[in-house]
Amino acid sequence: MLRRYGQITALLVLGVVQAVVLALSVPMLLLAFMLGVVLLFPWQVRMVRRLAELNRRLVREWTGLEVESPYLPAPPPPVPEPNGMYRSERTLYKTPRVPAWNNRWKWMVKDPATWRDDLWLLLDPMVKVSLLPVFAVIPERALLMYAHWTDLLLGATVASRLAGQVSHLRRTRNLATDSQAAEMRRIERDLHDGTQARLVAIGMTLGAVEQLVDTDPQAAKALLTKARESSAETLTELRRVIRGIHPPVLAERGLADAVRALAMDSPLQVTVTVDLPERPESPVEAAVYFAVSELLSNAARHGDASTAAVDISSHGADLRVTVTDDGLGGADPAKGSGLNGIERRLLAFDGVLALNSPPGGPTTVTLDLPGVLPHEPADKLPRGKAIAIALLWCTAWCPSFPQGVVPAIFKIFGVEEKSWFLALHVPEPWQWPVIFAMIAVGGTMYVMAHHLRANHESRHLPTKLGC
Amino acid sequence: MNRVLIAEDLYLLRDGLVHLLQAHGFTVVAAVESGPELLKGLLELRPDVSIVDVRLPPTFTDEGLQAALAARKQIPGLPVLVLSQHVEQLYARELLADGSGGIGYLLKDRVFNAEQFVDAVRRVAEGGTAMDPEVIAKLLARNARNEPLAALTPREREVLEAMAEGRSNAAISQRLFLSESAVAKHTASIFAKLGLAPSDDDNRRVLAVLAYLDSR
Repeated sequence: MLRRYGQITALLVLGVVQAVVLALSVPMLLLAFMLGVVLLFPWQVRMVRRLAELNRRLVREWTGLEVESPYLPAPPPPVPEPNGMYRSERTLYKTPRVPAWNNRWKWMVKDPATWRDDLWLLLDPMVKVSLLPVFAVIPERALLMYAHWTDLLLGATVASRLAGQVSHLRRTRNLATDSQAAEMRRIERDLHDGTQARLVAIGMTLGAVEQLVDTDPQAAKALLTKARESSAETLTELRRVIRGIHPPVLAERGLADAVRALAMDSPLQVTVTVDLPERPESPVEAAVYFAVSELLSNAARHGDASTAAVDISSHGADLRVTVTDDGLGGADPAKGSGLNGIERRLLAFDGVLALNSPPGGPTTVTLDLPGVLPHEPADKLPRGKAIAIALLWCTAWCPSFPQGVVPAIFKIFGVEEKSWFLALHVPEPWQWPVIFAMIAVGGTMYVMAHHLRANHESRHLPTKLGC
Repeated sequence: MNRVLIAEDLYLLRDGLVHLLQAHGFTVVAAVESGPELLKGLLELRPDVSIVDVRLPPTFTDEGLQAALAARKQIPGLPVLVLSQHVEQLYARELLADGSGGIGYLLKDRVFNAEQFVDAVRRVAEGGTAMDPEVIAKLLARNARNEPLAALTPREREVLEAMAEGRSNAAISQRLFLSESAVAKHTASIFAKLGLAPSDDDNRRVLAVLAYLDSR
């Protein structure tokens, strides 16, 4: 309880800092956008973002509510053109400084999060003051309410999450195409150095046979035997290459039997459990197959294991693979084993690899591939809830802005006009309490609308796409 | 003992097999190219031996294997020699599961050596087995750390390999340049070391060895 009051005091002190920042921000923004002192804008943005980030962190630490950063990813550094100059729109620069600054400027101005931050900076001190009575009576709940308020303006929006996912997808796509290109080069090398060379040799041998067949049938016969052996070797080699591209048993039987076949080929005693409602898509099957193959051969080669267990199961739309062996343990991905390769392969599916390998064993490797299995979509919002959320969103503006923030500004600047602002029509000592009550009511409505939706999503969407 | 059915989707290989077998005195009763045709042929014609490719139309997965297994479920012991571009212990295990013999499982490359291939076809037709050396090598590799197997002498291992492929004592003695009595001595010793009941029937002997290797 005492700790809660300490946290609330800290919040209020932070409110004073916010007021100072607000007092600095207003002239900075005015100077930047009215008088063209553009240099001030990035400073103002950085200042506000730092404060907002501090607020997010405190809320997370005190209430456990994860407030994701909504900012778009920063622009990449400018790349010089072939002539060594840096382009920004139609102008060329000798140094990257100005183009970089321009990119940053665009990034900050276009990001809605910048302006949501500013709105938060403006409203937050008032919200804190209007929450004061609640803070005093039920600090625990009040902090949670405040956390939801923070999430409303400082949290990630659908658009910012999407933007984050797009940049994540772009990165993984690049990695996937890179590793695919590397695979292609490896296959090309295998075919070029192995199969092709052997076929050339067979052709040459057959040419020699053609010449010898009349003059020296005995030698021709010996050469034919050689050609046949050589073609058998070529087939063996080709079989190895094909296995590396797409194992035939995987194409013929699917993941479950392919992994069973792997288990039989392994020198270890391997038990395989597969529990999948249906076959995953073929690229996923291949990635999982090669990962299991690599893990089993690692266990046999480095781990000195004698038994291993492979478990493949589904959790909703997620695919989870666990490979356990009773070897020596102490596996380290940094030592350049195949683990890095597996991780790269899985990245294309947002998959992650978790390794637990204490010295002395046992080693457990878990692969998680989220959302790769066909799965029915999450439940829709029930109608009653949807209507309540819509109503709250549609009406919350009224108490918070015209009845709350605007009369407050009127009172601060001494404007005589009363209009339809309820607070200005009540007797003088009640005016401020009414204003704060209005803001509290509006804020609570926003928080409730947000909370209803967030609550539903957290219950019905167990898998969130990583970004 | 020489009516044979061939199921292979590649025309060249199918035709080659037909000619090869006809040249060695077999009668080709049917040469089909898809899974459903194969199953129908197996059940209706009951060939003395069938040569079946694993991957056949229409799905190009394991049609041939499935058809062979289905036919053998209805007609136990129907001799089938399965050919494939790759060998899998998984498939070998499925083929051997009913324990009734008359089963072959070879890489397509083995067709290159006509003598050995025809020998394998005859063995399967007579209810014996013909396992690809690669399958046996994989089985033995898996059992490499096994106590009784590790106790075999190198010569005994060679005999075991040849025996697991499905060869008779006479064939083993020819291949390893041993007298038949020496081979018999080696097999007796192998069976004693592995704890298997000795048997004079070549066929049952092979199945026992394969079952032993596969059970690990």
